[in-house]
Amino acid sequence: MMRDVRLLTEPFVADQLVGPFSAANPGLGGICTFIGEVRGGGGVKALELTHYEPLTLTGMHEIADGAQSRFDLLGLLIAHRVGKFRPGEPIVCVSAAAHHRRAAIDAVDYCMDHLKSAAWFWKRELRSDGWHWIEPRSDDYANLERWR
Amino acid sequence: MTVRVLFLGPLSDIAPAAEMNVDGPLDWAGLLDLVSPECADQIRSERVKIACAGKVLLDKADLHAKGGDEVAVLPPVSGG
Repeated sequence: MMRDVRLLTEPFVADQLVGPFSAANPGLGGICTFIGEVRGGGGVKALELTHYEPLTLTGMHEIADGAQSRFDLLGLLIAHRVGKFRPGEPIVCVSAAAHHRRAAIDAVDYCMDHLKSAAWFWKRELRSDGWHWIEPRSDDYANLERWR
Repeated sequence: MTVRVLFLGPLSDIAPAAEMNVDGPLDWAGLLDLVSPECADQIRSERVKIACAGKVLLDKADLHAKGGDEVAVLPPVSGG
């Protein structure tokens, strides 16, 4: 299986990742892509994502391992950025290529649930009254449990 | 030799510093002694993990960091 797992420290354009990824998987029957961006509105001026470097990329590969063993995939792209972001900037891009749509869609869903609450990232938002850490929501854990 | 202790995410705000260098060796009780009772309570929480020398401990009470090791205290994550 073709695998591309990246931890990015600079802004990225998702199309520039997904285009080559799609081209690298000839014969695919379907490709599913999720792009997560910093939400606008709600008074959020900026967002910062920090991580623990010795574990981050290894953890992302473990998530890719899980998706690869669980779903019949041709290729999997996981790109996650760290650093400071403005609203509208992409944070994460997951793309899965497969012969059949269900595997691609489910693999992206699986990877996103794990990136949300089982990868070594911490998020905080800058609002008018300062920085606030984003706590994981109970929904995030419930989403993760679906795959156990 | 010192042990480098890192407090990640929101724990960096309630620990004495985001990064501390302490004399090794460092065990679980020694780690809790470095921080306030409030911070220690959070570190005891089931959702907080400890990594030592690049490996997440299955049981954080088993922490036995020696000089030169890096210990990371990892609160609940929020990526994606």
